[in-house]
Amino acid sequence: MIGEWWIDILKAFLVGGCFCLIGQLLFDVAKLTPAHTMSILVTAGSILGGFGVYTKLADWAGAGATLPIISFGNMLVIGALEGARNNGFWGIWTGILGGVSAGIAASVFFAFVVALIFKPKT
Amino acid sequence: MVKKPKVASWYDPIIKAHGTPRPLLRNCLVAFIFGGALCAVAEYFQLLISLIPGISDKDASSIVMVIVIALAALLTGLGVFDKIAQQVGAGLAVPITGFANSITSSTLEFKSEGYVLGSGCNGFKLAGAVIFFGIGSAVVVALIELILGIV
Repeated sequence: MIGEWWIDILKAFLVGGCFCLIGQLLFDVAKLTPAHTMSILVTAGSILGGFGVYTKLADWAGAGATLPIISFGNMLVIGALEGARNNGFWGIWTGILGGVSAGIAASVFFAFVVALIFKPKT
Repeated sequence: MVKKPKVASWYDPIIKAHGTPRPLLRNCLVAFIFGGALCAVAEYFQLLISLIPGISDKDASSIVMVIVIALAALLTGLGVFDKIAQQVGAGLAVPITGFANSITSSTLEFKSEGYVLGSGCNGFKLAGAVIFFGIGSAVVVALIELILGIV
């Protein structure tokens, strides 16, 4: 199966790798904290999402574009715009979290389960 | 981000001569390869899962994301995540693993202060920035597009 898929997997590798490279440059060259880096990447994702660029990239690179945190911003914009298309102004507020729901719900739930089971390492 | 006090500047040349330089090229290469490999593996499982009848490409993407988050949370609990993250830097911080790790580590770290005041109140320490700026910018973008009528 890998035979037919290797091109998709390679695309995911290249695009995902490039985003991580950008993140590393923001860490090491721009000397930003992780919080600043993440905020910049998410905001960049929203703006790219607004232009519709990121969805095209995600169609091309699959997980290479959807796994990095930049896609978080893109999914927020997609949700907000979809809501706006269906319900106008109020749709922005009701639709915005639709796409990121899985990410937030899973992160919070598994974080809580881990906190219940494990002891913090010092 | 750390400001060096002016008084201490006399030892700067000594640090330059004896300290190890920050291996920028190595860090970038490792982040690129590890982050890329993570996305490649995720893509492979995404393609595999989408073969299951009744599961669309979009569902497969969400399923893989939830699995990756669960693994990142588990590795954080075991104390392995930080060790790998020290080596690969942005390779683990930029993918959704970084988001999951930030919530899990602060939830776990503040457990000693109680589940409500500790874990509950501090869980979104770094993830809060992501959600704050993500939602903020997304609302602005959506409002602009709505006003311009290009929605």
